[in-house]
Parts: sequence; C-alpha cells; structure tokens
Amino acid sequence: MKTRYLSLPYLIWALVFIIIPIGLVVYYSLTVEVDGKLIFSWANYKQALTPSYLLALWRSIWLAFVCTVICFALGYPIAYIMASREYASKGFLLFLFLVPMWMNFLLRTYSWLSILERNGFINSLLRLLSLPEARILYTDKAVVLGMVYNFLPFMILPIHTVMKKMDSSIIEAAQDLGANGRTVFLRVVFPLSIPGVVSGVTMVFMPSVTTFIISKLLGGAQFMLIGNMIERQFTESRNWNLGSAVSVMLMVLILTSIAIFTVVDKDGEGGALF
Amino acid sequence: MIRLLKKIYLAVMLLFMYAPIAVLIVYSFNASRSRSVWGGFTLDWYAQLLRDKSIQRALSTTLSLAFLSALLATIIGAAAAVGIHSMRGAFKKTVLAVTNIPVIMPDIVMGLSLLVLYTYLFHFFPGIKLGYGTLLVSHTTFNIPYVILSVLPKLKQLDPNLYEAALDLGCTPIKGFFKVVLQEITSAIVTGAMLAFTMSLDDFIVSYFTKGDGDNTLSTIIYSMARRGVNPKINALSAIMFVAVLLLLYVINSFDPSKAQKANGLGLEGES
Amino acid sequence: MINRRTVTIAIALLALLLFVSACGSATSQNSISVYNWGEYIDEDILSMFTQKTGIEVVYDYYANNEEMYAKIKSGGVNYDLCIPSDYMIERMIAEDLLETVDTSQIPNYANIDDRFKDLAYDPENKYSVPYVWGTVGILYNTSMVDDPVDSWDILWNDKYANQIFMYDSMRDTVGVSLKRLGFSLNTRDVSELNQARDELIAQSDLVRAIVGDTVRDSMIGGEAALAVVYSGDALYCIEKNRDLGYAVPKEGSNVWFDAMVVPKGAKNIEGALKFIDFLCDPEICLRNVEYIGFSTVNSETLKLLPEEMTSDPTFWPDDEIYNRCEVFYDLGDFVGEYDRVWTEVLASW
Repeated sequence: MKTRYLSLPYLIWALVFIIIPIGLVVYYSLTVEVDGKLIFSWANYKQALTPSYLLALWRSIWLAFVCTVICFALGYPIAYIMASREYASKGFLLFLFLVPMWMNFLLRTYSWLSILERNGFINSLLRLLSLPEARILYTDKAVVLGMVYNFLPFMILPIHTVMKKMDSSIIEAAQDLGANGRTVFLRVVFPLSIPGVVSGVTMVFMPSVTTFIISKLLGGAQFMLIGNMIERQFTESRNWNLGSAVSVMLMVLILTSIAIFTVVDKDGEGGALF
Repeated sequence: MIRLLKKIYLAVMLLFMYAPIAVLIVYSFNASRSRSVWGGFTLDWYAQLLRDKSIQRALSTTLSLAFLSALLATIIGAAAAVGIHSMRGAFKKTVLAVTNIPVIMPDIVMGLSLLVLYTYLFHFFPGIKLGYGTLLVSHTTFNIPYVILSVLPKLKQLDPNLYEAALDLGCTPIKGFFKVVLQEITSAIVTGAMLAFTMSLDDFIVSYFTKGDGDNTLSTIIYSMARRGVNPKINALSAIMFVAVLLLLYVINSFDPSKAQKANGLGLEGES
Repeated sequence: MINRRTVTIAIALLALLLFVSACGSATSQNSISVYNWGEYIDEDILSMFTQKTGIEVVYDYYANNEEMYAKIKSGGVNYDLCIPSDYMIERMIAEDLLETVDTSQIPNYANIDDRFKDLAYDPENKYSVPYVWGTVGILYNTSMVDDPVDSWDILWNDKYANQIFMYDSMRDTVGVSLKRLGFSLNTRDVSELNQARDELIAQSDLVRAIVGDTVRDSMIGGEAALAVVYSGDALYCIEKNRDLGYAVPKEGSNVWFDAMVVPKGAKNIEGALKFIDFLCDPEICLRNVEYIGFSTVNSETLKLLPEEMTSDPTFWPDDEIYNRCEVFYDLGDFVGEYDRVWTEVLASW
C-alpha cells in the first residue's frame, strides 16, 4: 500500500488553510498602503529590522528557550514516572496533568496574579512566617512561570507516549547484559525517547516564542515580547503590513533554524536536534 | 525510597498544576466581583449561571467545536503522519515545515489571515457566512499539527519489520496496516486527540476573528469580558466543569478492566 | 488500557455534548444582532426589549475597538448595532462603514444632553447616538498618598517609586505625557511627541508596571498607590475600596464617548433604531448605567439618579473639568509616529 497517499487530504487542507493564508501574510508584508492602494515596498522589513524589534525578538527567543528547558527538566521525570510499571495502570493520573488546561486560559492566568501579587497568597504566607516579601509579579520570573505552567502538558504527553510500551525486551536485554539502572537509562531509554522529546520541544518552544497574553498579564505591558509587538501592529497601531513583516521574519527565522539543526538528520524528522 | 520520592515529585507537580484551579474555584463562591476582596460566601453566581442562556449556548458551542475539530484533526492528522513517515528527502522537510507554521504563527496573524481568506472565498460561494463552519475549519487547522507531532515519534519507534512480517504471514496490506501499524500508534493518536481538544478549548483569538455574529465560545465571551471584569459566573461554570471532568475520570477509572491486567510499562523497577 | 478508557471518556463526553447542545435555542425571524463590549449592558434589558417589541436580540461581544473594526470591515458579518468609541466612529464614517441614523425615528433622542450632541467625531450626529461617556484620570489610594492629587506631575514624583501603574494603551499613556507638558492629545507635532516620549522614558524607573484590565483588582487590593484609569473603572474600585479616590488633573485629560451606530450591511435597521430608542428611555438607561457604572449622557436619567451619585465628580464631572478635557481624534496614518514613540518608550525598560 502506498501509505504516502494517506497524507493527501492533509496536503490539500494545508494548501488551502495554511499556504494561502501565509501567502496573504507575505503579500501584506511586502506592501505599504498609499491612498488606499497597496504598493510594493521593503519598508516594513526595514522597520522590522530596527533595534527595538530585534531586541524584542531576542528576548522572546531567550525566554522561550528558558521555558522549554524548564518544561523539559520538570516534564521528562513526570513522563518517565508515569510510564514506569507501578504507574502504568494509573493512566488517569496522566489526564490529571491535562485537565487544568481545560479550565479557561485567562481565568488560570488571573489566578496566578492572585497568587503572585504583592498582597497575594504567596506573600501572605511569607508574612505569616515573617519572611521577606517575594517580588515575582511583573518580572521575567513571572512570565517564565506562566509559560511553563501553560506549556508543561505539551512536553509531558508526547514524551510519555514514546516511553509507554517502549519495548521492554530491549531494556531487559540490557539489564541481562549487566547494565545498571543508570546505564540502561542513558544508553537505552533516553535515546529511544528522543523523538518524543523533539515533539515536546517543538510544541513548547514554538508557541512560547509568540505568546503575548501571558507576558502582558504577568509581566506588564512594558515587558515587550515579539508577540506583543505583532499584536499591537494589528490592533492599536493598525499597521497590518508591518505586523505581517515581523511575523514573516519570525517564522522564517524559526523554521530555518530548525532546518539547519536537522540538516544532518537523514529522515528529516528533527531527531538530530540533540 | 525511590518509590516515595516519585510520589512526592508527582504530588508537588500536581500541586503546581492545581493551585490556580483551586484559586479560581474559591472565587466562584466570593460574593464580591473583585478578586481582591472577599465579600463573604455565596452561591449566587451559580444561580445566575443557571439563568444565563448565552453562556449555556456558548458552552455547547465550545464543547461540540472542541470535540468535532479534535476528531477531524485526528483523522486527517493521523493519516497525514503515516503518509509523512513514508516520505523522504526535501519534500518531507517541506511538508514538516508547513506543518510547523500554524504552531509558530501568532494567533492574531492566523485569525486575521483566515478571516481575509474566508471573506475572499465568500465571493465565490455566496450564501456562506462566517459561522460554526468557519470556526470548525479554523480550529481543525491549528489542531492538525499537534496530532501529527504526537503521532510521528511513535511511528519512528515502530519496528518496520513488524509490518513486513504481517505481510509475509499473509495479511493484505490494508489489513496489515490496521492490525499492526494502527494498533501500535493508537496511544499516540489518543494523545494527539487530547492535545487537539485542549488547544481548541483554550483558543480565543482565532475563534474571535472567524466566528459569525451570535456564535460565541466560552473563551471569546471571557476574553471580551476582560475589559470590564470577568463575571464570577464564569468561575462557577469552570468549577462545575472541573468537578464533572474529575467525576467522569473517577467513574471510568473505577470500572476499568485493565486494573486487573498485568501492567505493561517500562521494565525499570528492578533498581528501586 | 488507556485506549479503551479514553474511548469511554470520548463517548461520555459526546453524550454530555448532545445533551447540552439540545439546550441551545434557535433565533426567530424578527431579530436584531447587537455587537457590544463584554459586560457593557445589563443583559436583562435585552429580554425586556424582546417582551416589549417582540424583536429577539442576538447579542455578541468584542474586547476592543480594533478587533470590532477588523470584523466589520471584513464584511463577513451583519450586525445591526454596535457601540464603538469616538475616534473609531470618526474612522468608520470616513471609510463609509456606517449607515446614517435617522434621529427623527428615535423619540428618546431628545433626552440626550445637548453638550454630548454634535461632537467633532460626528459633527451632526448623522451616524451615532451617544451611549455613555467618561474621563481618564488618576486613581489613588489615600492610605498611601498624602500629597494632593491634582496634577499629572505626581506620577513623576519619585516618592512613589514602584507604586505607580500606567495604563496599557498607547494613546492614553502618550496622551498623559502630552497633557502634562501642555500639548494637545491629538498633536501632530513630532517634536512634541518626542518630548512626551523622553518624559515617559524618564518616568519608567518609577513605574511598577504598565497594566491593562487587571488594574482594577490590583488597585482595590492595594497593590500600588497611583494608577491611570477610566472614570468608570475608578467608580467600580472606589465602591469596593473606600480608601481610593479619583481626580482629573488640572492640566486636562481625555474625555471619551462610546456611541451606538448602525454598521453597513445591517439587516434590520428599523429594529436597531427601536433598540436605540429603548436604550435612551430614562428608566431603561438608569437601569443600564447603574449596572455598568459609567456616566450617562441622558439628562432625563440624570434627574432620576440619587444625589450622592450626581454630586460625585467621578461619576458626573462638572463643566470646569469637562471643558479642560479633549476628545481623541482619529490620527489616520500619523498614528505611525505615536507607534514609533511608544515602541521607543517600551524598549527603554
């Protein structure tokens, strides 16, 4: 069976609902509005390459990177524990990590405000213990915390999927050959889980680069990430052309860096990210 | 010892995940509309919720949309993942890059570009309007990548010899596919479906731009309330949804036949 | 196994879904479609209107002017009524997105106070009927601020370092800085804008954060001493926390209007006009302003309001305050300069 053709419905879907809209965005990014008419121009890209935008872009990528690393550090052990034999029959526990995401995103983030603010729950607790006040809200710590909270399940689930039912005969074989727990993990389990890690990293890193509500609410509007700048161009400053140019620049940057990372990977699935 | 550490770690992480949920449920009982003042205990918001037809309608739109878009995305995405897995070279890389676009594209750009696309398409198909259909298409579009990204790693892990062996043993290719490949990747498909469902529930920006007049999801209502303060009715609704989901999980789990079965997790318990 | 369990969950969810969907209702033939800010009307009024006229109201929400504009402009929707702000109405008139409103069909239009008619954004009220209005000013916590609050200068006073919230809105915040320097909110002078920018950059060390809609709860909870807010939000906060006070600085400020308009493409203009008339009815309007807490434009309603509200300058600024305030104009392409200035301010943090 030519399994390749199974992707045909998706390819058609992607052509209409991904490629064409992207084409529109590229078109907007290459034009400026003069007297109600769109005229070709590089001006948007020139403006998108000014220091303010590059600074915001750099900061967004850095924060997304930090968020991804933390999600991995926290999420990998969870996926690993949940896949281990004693928890394998407790699949519902995994759901427990996803269920909070079914409560509304804005309400969740407002709750974090109540927890973190100057007179919030954490500081009330600290005051009770006569400890100094923690200043978390309106700093990058709060933004990273908000991002980690919202993206963590997207790290846990794909890793868990590849770990569950990892062929236990391979692991037993390694143990039979005298490998200890650590060696089994480093030489067998971890390498086999890498495809799941790559998916998790993709699902955490990419959306966190463009996040803007989390930074607005927990970092304050002065906390300028590239997502906030794009959003402002499409609303308050109503320069869709500039907003499009910044978005295109962002997408090209991220997609080419993924392509460069995976250039050595013959399957092209990003397995060589590490 | 290690067993205990694992328990503690999971407990701490669950505390982290559920602390904000607990806070938002507590506020559903707050007589004051402000989160900064405790105005005393009340069930008033729950009573108001029961009378609010527009929120009830939004709830049904939200759930049916999340369910249908996740279903559609799962079918299209899982098939696509199998197809992509058997591709090679530059074409595969291109398809994968395209797949990443909806994940990386800022929501507002995606929402607006789809809005422009739809209104353009309406010129050719008069009679169609923004509405549930456009919402479903938009949600499916941003859901598909999450399904593909969940299924691909599992396919990579799959032993290709298994499928060959099935064919050698006399399976037809289609039967072999259903018996071997699909069987192996089911858990990944389920994961993808759950992630898609979650993405759909949470989205408000794409929904805002692609919905018609009068259709609302819970998220778009809450987002538009933000300017004037979110009504605690919404907290009450979240609390009810939360309890319903937990009850559902509990009931399903207590009737679960697999508890009696031998667990099939990683064989890693030797060291503990 | 998780798979089987998940299938069960899916089926259970589907059953729940079908049950819930059955609760949804269909809309009748004679209906109007109203597009408004979230939580910006007492929704009981909608059913009162239906009872009186038999016209169903399909009610829909937006979160800000710009998103509403994008939606109307796309032409993919047919709303019969929406309630944008002043500068947005000006722009929508310029882009021919609005139907004219025949005020002769709105008997209650006479109730609208004359000083809110024929304003610059719609000089002859051909397109809009005012809904509510308000000012921008300083909300302060009397337990933390002992200086008199009568000037924007207090937001530049380093005594209140880290105790100040600025508002997440380009034009409002740049406007504060412009007004403090004695310039117009609608200035098109680049050097004035640059001065305003430099002042905002100098101020950034004192500001705790630039916040949006969360400012209300934060001020009620005593998170900061001073904040730039809309008057309606100030009323809400003062009601919840009696330590708070509100002032419109002497240098002047922004006065804004939200007004009812009928977008092009409306299907039931007659119904929309009836609804506008209904909202201008003194009793209905009273009920509505008591719910949303912004100042009314209806002079008949004003007479029905309790003395304590009408004598409160936060709710009802006197002429002296009103006259020193300015309305925003649509800036056209010049908004790009405001954007540049604002970006430079934010980049300096």
